[in-house]
Amino acid sequence: MTATTFKSRINLCFGKLRQCGSKGLVVYLTAGDPSLAATGELLAAIERGGADVIELGVPFSDPLADGPVIQRASERALRSGTTLTRILEHLPRWREKLQAPVVLFTYFNPVLQFGLERFAREAAQAGADGALVVDLTPEEAEDYTAVMRAQHLDTIFLAAPTSTDARLELAARSSSGFLYLISRTGVTGERAAIEASARTLVERARRLTALPLAVGFGISKPEQVREVQALADAAVVGSAVVHAIEERYDSAGAPAIEQFVRALKEGCNPA
Amino acid sequence: MPETLMHPVEELTEAFQAASRDAKFQAELAHLLKHFAGRPTPLFHARHLSEHLGGAQIYLKREDLLHTGAHKINNCLGQGLLAQRLGKTRLVAETGAGQHGVATATVAALLGMDCTVYMGEEDMARQAPNVFRMRLLGAEVVGVASGSKTLKDAINEGMRDWVTNVSNTHYLMGSVLGPHPYPLMVREFQRIIGQEAREQILTTTRQLPDLLVACVGGGSNSIGLFYDFIPDREVKMVGVEAGGRSLSLGEHAARFAGGRPGVLHGAYTYVLQTPDGLISNTHSVSAGLDYAAVGPEHSALFRQGRVEYCHASDEEALEAARLLARMEGIIPALEPAHALAEVVKRAPRLGREQIIMVNLSGRGDKDLGIFQQAGIL
Repeated sequence: MTATTFKSRINLCFGKLRQCGSKGLVVYLTAGDPSLAATGELLAAIERGGADVIELGVPFSDPLADGPVIQRASERALRSGTTLTRILEHLPRWREKLQAPVVLFTYFNPVLQFGLERFAREAAQAGADGALVVDLTPEEAEDYTAVMRAQHLDTIFLAAPTSTDARLELAARSSSGFLYLISRTGVTGERAAIEASARTLVERARRLTALPLAVGFGISKPEQVREVQALADAAVVGSAVVHAIEERYDSAGAPAIEQFVRALKEGCNPA
Repeated sequence: MPETLMHPVEELTEAFQAASRDAKFQAELAHLLKHFAGRPTPLFHARHLSEHLGGAQIYLKREDLLHTGAHKINNCLGQGLLAQRLGKTRLVAETGAGQHGVATATVAALLGMDCTVYMGEEDMARQAPNVFRMRLLGAEVVGVASGSKTLKDAINEGMRDWVTNVSNTHYLMGSVLGPHPYPLMVREFQRIIGQEAREQILTTTRQLPDLLVACVGGGSNSIGLFYDFIPDREVKMVGVEAGGRSLSLGEHAARFAGGRPGVLHGAYTYVLQTPDGLISNTHSVSAGLDYAAVGPEHSALFRQGRVEYCHASDEEALEAARLLARMEGIIPALEPAHALAEVVKRAPRLGREQIIMVNLSGRGDKDLGIFQQAGIL
């Protein structure tokens, strides 16, 4: 993989965090949950709450890496007519109001049907900063990473506690922006405690790559965010935020989500 | 595939390759296939049906006579032994019609392993006897309420279980689907159908069949029958998909008629999907054929033109099942009834000296409720 001299928004973001000795918060939400209009509002709220990087989920009919919370969000988003095409249509307007890097978080088939090259081109035009294709492993991803690099988009891959050193290295080599470490075996979803497997994986990854490391899966509380930030460069919170959107958005609107994210960021208990 | 499963899948590939070369493993599998499952299965000349249709001689490969009632047990015994070899103590499987679930639960009981089977709620309702059989065998049966509540959703849930419990669990995929090595491994465990059938027909008739017919859901019984005949260029092969109620999206499972290449459950193959790449819901009267993707090797055979793929409707399959019951005293499962429906169309067009061989992949006990509801008496 040829190293790019181009400084992506994600590179700059992690560079800035490193400079001031702080750690990042990556927040996931599903686009179109409960509607695309809501997503515009929620993105701004999540940034105001303190997210450093935003993962924007593309809903899929068969999200087999996701637990029940994100499955329900995908179903709501699909019911509201959300597709990859419509997300890319809306993204430029959302982007205008955001500083934070936006990573498209998707399953592979919608991207494949859209066309790899067209996906990279239109994602770049729309103002996305990179993508994470959750069911695409690096050994199958050569064409995809090539078209993404050509558009100066970051490709983020996953490493898991079950990944061997060889696989970890491959994931790191294929990734740019940051490397996403899965804290434990399993699907996405909130958990009471961070497992020891997360620490081991971070330590192994550290030895193999200089990329910023973000840890996700099962992180839902401010104290867990702190715990992860002590190990890695950033913590990813997905299901907990999606759960908050599910429970509070209709009644309390985007400010409730802003508050929830701020609590994660500041490490105090959410209201 | 999710990264978490990639190393387990690599381990499985190595274990399968090692087992294929291991005479002791092969002997143990052969012993169980013979004394537990009941192989070899007969090849039966369906004289009355042949006479009735007035054309080719029809031979039935009687996989329906195997223990647990379908060809699924061939693969389950192979993978069960492999899981033991990998030190796994728990089997997880998906099931549509319940035949694969029953076979997995049976092998788990035989080998002393824990077993969880995921099954769509719609399938649990329409194949209730198999749910009871699995529970009687000690398996936990978990209903899946997401999506179309059928096989695809059961696979999603089975994969979620596997990714969570990967250290002690083997995912026992029931068809030639999913990531490598599953399509290859399941085919190897099902090849015995065609190996036996080829020898049997040569012994009985001293000629190769003119046509092989099998139903195609994921495609394990069909690939099992076809594979050893592929080099015999004179043998034509037809795979029969579920035509369902009609050929509009969501009403059938005929992937080669209505699908296009895509990725589902770790395989690149023909998939029924929307223009946006969302996986479509499917319908078939037969739960075992009710799936949006087809095994990737079938896609290759389709592209090469080596196998022809067609489809039979719900109604045609029900009628073919009734016909076989009346003509030969054999009640087929609704899955192979789709293959028989194609035989009904093709046999009259062939000469009386020609031979059609059909894989009768399962028996119809599980479908009695559906036959009753359909009012085919």
